[in-house]
Amino acid sequence: MAGLSSSSSGGGGGGGWSLGRCSHAVVRALPESLRQHALRIEKGQEVDFARAEREHQLYVAVLKSKLGLQVLELPADESLPDCVFVEDVAVVCEETALITRPGAPSRRKEVDAMKKALESLNLNIIEMTDENATLDGGDVLFTGREFFVGLSKRTNQRGAEILADTFKDYAVSTVPVYDSLHLKSFCSMAGPNLIAIGSTEAAQKTLKTMQQMSDHRYDKLTVPDDAAANCIYLNIPGKGHVLLHRAPEEYPESAKVFEKLKDHMLIPITNTEMEKVDGLLTCRSVLINKTSEL
Amino acid sequence: MTTEVGPETEVKKESEQLGADAVNEKREEATESQENQKSEKTLSEEAQSTPSPELATQSSPSSQKKEKDPPEGKGISRFIPPWLKKQKSYSLVEPKDEAKKKPVEERQAAEERESQLPEDIAQPKGNLEEATIESQQETKKNDKEEEKHSVSSADTQPAKEDNKESEAEKVANEQEEQQKVEEKRETKEVQTAEIKLEKAPQKALKKIKTVPCKVMLLDGTEYSCDLEKRAKGQVLFDKVCEQLNLLEKDYFGLLFQDNSDQKNWLDSSKEIKRQIRSLPWLFTFNVKFYPPDPSQLTEDITRYFLCLQLRQDIASGRLPCSFVTHALLGSYTLQAELGDYDSEEHNNHYISEFQFAPNQTKEMEDKVVELHKTHRSLTPAQADSHFLENAKRLSMYGVDLHHAKDSEGVDIMLGVCANGLLIYKDRLRINRFAWAKILKISYKRSNFYIKVRPAELEQFESTIGFKLPNHRAAKRLWKVCVEHHTFYRLVSPEQPPKAKFLTLGSKFRYSGRTQAQTQQASNLIDRPAPYFERTSSKRVSRSLDGAPVGITDQSLLRDFSAATVGPAGDIVFAGEAVGQTKLKNGEGRDVNGSPTKIPQLELTQDEKNNSLRVNGENIYVRHSNLMLEDLDKTQDNLLKHQASISELKRNFMESTPEPRPNEWEKRRITPLSLQTQGSSHETLNIVEEKQQAEVGIEETVVIDEINRGKMQAVTGAGETRKVEHLSKKDSSSLSSDSSSSSSSSSESEDEVVGEYQPHHRAAEDIIREEQEENEDAKRKEECATKVIQSVETVQEGSKVTVEHTQVTAKALAQENAVAIKTGEKNVMEEGKQDLRAEDEEEQLKINGDGSHVDIDVVPQIICCSEPPVVKTEMVTISDATQRTEISTKEVPIVQTETKTITYESPQFDGSSGGDAGVLLSAQTITSESVSTTTTTHITKTVKGGVSETRIEKRIVITGDADIDHDQALAQAIKEAKEQHPDMSVTRVVVHKETELAEEGEE
Repeated sequence: MAGLSSSSSGGGGGGGWSLGRCSHAVVRALPESLRQHALRIEKGQEVDFARAEREHQLYVAVLKSKLGLQVLELPADESLPDCVFVEDVAVVCEETALITRPGAPSRRKEVDAMKKALESLNLNIIEMTDENATLDGGDVLFTGREFFVGLSKRTNQRGAEILADTFKDYAVSTVPVYDSLHLKSFCSMAGPNLIAIGSTEAAQKTLKTMQQMSDHRYDKLTVPDDAAANCIYLNIPGKGHVLLHRAPEEYPESAKVFEKLKDHMLIPITNTEMEKVDGLLTCRSVLINKTSEL
Repeated sequence: MTTEVGPETEVKKESEQLGADAVNEKREEATESQENQKSEKTLSEEAQSTPSPELATQSSPSSQKKEKDPPEGKGISRFIPPWLKKQKSYSLVEPKDEAKKKPVEERQAAEERESQLPEDIAQPKGNLEEATIESQQETKKNDKEEEKHSVSSADTQPAKEDNKESEAEKVANEQEEQQKVEEKRETKEVQTAEIKLEKAPQKALKKIKTVPCKVMLLDGTEYSCDLEKRAKGQVLFDKVCEQLNLLEKDYFGLLFQDNSDQKNWLDSSKEIKRQIRSLPWLFTFNVKFYPPDPSQLTEDITRYFLCLQLRQDIASGRLPCSFVTHALLGSYTLQAELGDYDSEEHNNHYISEFQFAPNQTKEMEDKVVELHKTHRSLTPAQADSHFLENAKRLSMYGVDLHHAKDSEGVDIMLGVCANGLLIYKDRLRINRFAWAKILKISYKRSNFYIKVRPAELEQFESTIGFKLPNHRAAKRLWKVCVEHHTFYRLVSPEQPPKAKFLTLGSKFRYSGRTQAQTQQASNLIDRPAPYFERTSSKRVSRSLDGAPVGITDQSLLRDFSAATVGPAGDIVFAGEAVGQTKLKNGEGRDVNGSPTKIPQLELTQDEKNNSLRVNGENIYVRHSNLMLEDLDKTQDNLLKHQASISELKRNFMESTPEPRPNEWEKRRITPLSLQTQGSSHETLNIVEEKQQAEVGIEETVVIDEINRGKMQAVTGAGETRKVEHLSKKDSSSLSSDSSSSSSSSSESEDEVVGEYQPHHRAAEDIIREEQEENEDAKRKEECATKVIQSVETVQEGSKVTVEHTQVTAKALAQENAVAIKTGEKNVMEEGKQDLRAEDEEEQLKINGDGSHVDIDVVPQIICCSEPPVVKTEMVTISDATQRTEISTKEVPIVQTETKTITYESPQFDGSSGGDAGVLLSAQTITSESVSTTTTTHITKTVKGGVSETRIEKRIVITGDADIDHDQALAQAIKEAKEQHPDMSVTRVVVHKETELAEEGEE
């Protein structure tokens, strides 16, 4: 009687290890206003818009052509300079999508297009309507087993609570984010149980906090550059582990670390222009795994 | 020294059980104990070289009654506390001559005694009765139970025993010089041990009262049975598991709901009655430890019950899940209970009868049906397994939530789970403490503390405090933590705290099997898969239907009680009221008893010269402490911890900068007028107890060593004295105290209370001073307690009382040693002094100091939701020559028990005559540890050329009902004895106050 039980995985419900499974992606074109008006932590080099566009097209092409995802491309909105960073406006886990309330007021309207797109995918849509709540998707790290929500300038406790209410199956732990824009400015998932993390003290400290908060034990992949720790892990049927990471030209040392991942299909992505406005790899897409068309 | 402890603890326990006819019981008890002592003595003679006491007992020829049959004897012997067993070792070491002398006399006396008390014998009651009954029941029952029981009880005992034995040896060595004293002592001890054996058989004669009992099972049905009134939780639990055909039962437990609607786990190792008090005997059978991986359970039936529990958890909202998960789990439930989807049979409505979620929508039901269709061909067991595989991943699976506040007063939730302690704020996890990181868990009053290992880059351990709604909640949380830690993290249950003197605290430990053990046991299960019927979860969900969204399972329990009790109004669940007399087993009586052997407490007649003197101290466990992982903390660490705790506590109580009053301090609130008047003592008690209601405090007693001898050279001693205060007390008050044993209970109470008064006055000023001095002490609350020690009452055989008070703020250990030395030299004759360590007296003294009264207490008390029922008991075992007498009194007002047990060596020293004596010097030494405050007061007096050095130790332990009094007491005595090997214990006074409701939680 012992044996018959565990045909785990179940039906995808309370699931755990669907991390990286992905069938659809939502992206958005970048408006020209990004060059002048996109929010940025500190002024730096001017964005080469043409180059930025090229980089973005490449990014989308990888998702679409190379990985075979169904990609929904939303048009740019010139009134929304940051609209290309779709990650911040929606958190999708399994069949449920939380439309966020971005911390930056200028970005609140970005949610509209996203909401429509997700509705078209028949996801359960939850909207964050509480005016006291703010949450940027960039502060949400989903490990496949639980959520970590960075409390940052963009994300507050209330926003995290709503996220916890939305994804009740999972533990939602909050971690403070001090020096960076978002939690995922220095970390991301690089594999089912693997957290890529930057080398700065703040990043390492945050990782420790996350490790302490978790019932699970994660492996960590420390990369020299915080920004390079933001990568995209996918688990594509037929392709296995796929990792989109920053190109060696940008972060050579970090790229070397990624290249040690033998089991992953590694896809370097250049992101020089977007990074000038604090945009990293994960920022530009919302990944969705549609298991059924119910 | 343990000798003294023995009878006390025994009595104490029983006293808690007393009903209306308590007085009779007490008397009987005393009789019994005497008998037992007697027989034990005989035993000791015969069995000096016999290693196994049980065997000796069984074969004891001296017993004129029917011999108990071997199995019975064994069973009973199990219940003999380890410290009693220890005495065996004493008997091995000690000379026999003393023991030989006694038996004859005692036997005679015993016979007389017995003839006087036929009724009593006919009505045995008490703990042993329970024990006997239990063992009888167990024998009746299947062997498993027997095993189980022995597992749980045996686990804890061996260690203690070892401990005691080694201790005994040590002691024996020390005692060589003092053979006389020891001999006497030993005899006593042996007798004490016998008590238990003897008592059990008699109990069996009595009818056994049973109480109807109902258990709500997980499938919504109800299980009823009659339980013996004193049955332990294990009995009921085993019955239920048997009914359910459940073998992997360690994951489960029984819940009962207390007056404040809080659910409490029934402790298997304790009497049900004591846990639930006056509550109806209604329980719910629940999963207690959620298996992290249900697929590792051996039997489907176990998984089935786990599923039922989880369905309840989910439907009630206690286990939150997303929409999709609700639907998925619901679909597995349908598959398990209805089988494959059948479009004809399963119309649109079939699903509405199930409740899958707290707020179930049509949309969800549709989704459930859709998913149900996909599970075709899954067997019920497979469907259950799928259900569990998904449910176990839910983040709140197996998390037991407790409301609390953090140090800043912010509402949080503490979640106890397999891996550790989780801290939530508004559904967000804000912190987590894995068991591995937690060094210590403790609670104090309504505060709950965890001490955690230093983080990687940190150097210091930190203690984190949380504020629970009340003391009971804190204790409940603490217990759950202890249990979870043990179950999930340890390979085998931790032994109850070793008898370390400085780590007194709650002895509560998880006594069941750990997960590792239960898994091992499960692997041995070898039976065909039991057939069981999956009753539809509809029933469960229906019972929940009426409840609002988000109902907790408490509401379920409420439903249950309403349904069962309400309609059947005539069913009385109140334990005692319903009790029926049943004679379950007559065999037990023969177990051991030889009625002819009537032991006497006061075998001391011949031993006049022994200055056995136990002087009272109070052990005050104010702080329950669990050292989960570093059991070997040094005292320094303890103190450090304590410091941090008090720091935290201060944080918690910003509104009340003063530390909370301890038990003693609270008493100060009581108007003095009440205290002074004996006639008003009842009122006084009531008031006091009300104040204490919220805080479960137990005082355990006292130890003391007094060495007294004739000081030949001390003629001029008077000059060196440092007598601060010397007063004579009317002997009558003292005599009344000592005679209280024979007086009615109310009288004895009067005396206790009344006697304190003078001391109070005398000590008042000094107390204040000392308190000020102690202002900086880390634990200010204890000041009062310390002060108390500075006051001593000396009762001379001639009924002259010397009352002297000396406060030495800076007592040095060296001084202490010196004093002892002196005492040694001077030992010429063992005087008989009656030192009355009247706890209550001293408590009264505290009353004089208002500065430490913490206002905080009062509101706390007011908040107490307990019904105003008071149970006050007072047990005084006094001078042996007067025979033991126990008075009991019940005052139905506040649920508190007060017990004072005085045990002292019998005789007064005639040498001192009526002189008050002259106080030569007095000093007080105070030391603190986490949970105890020990004050040593040394006085030297000269009376009629006899110098006497008396050391009075007071140990105050504050804590809850979990405190192992026996152990604490034994430890304290042992400790005292070790410190002053040349002195003897002459008196032990145990004063214990227990909040009844508190014990109910155990």
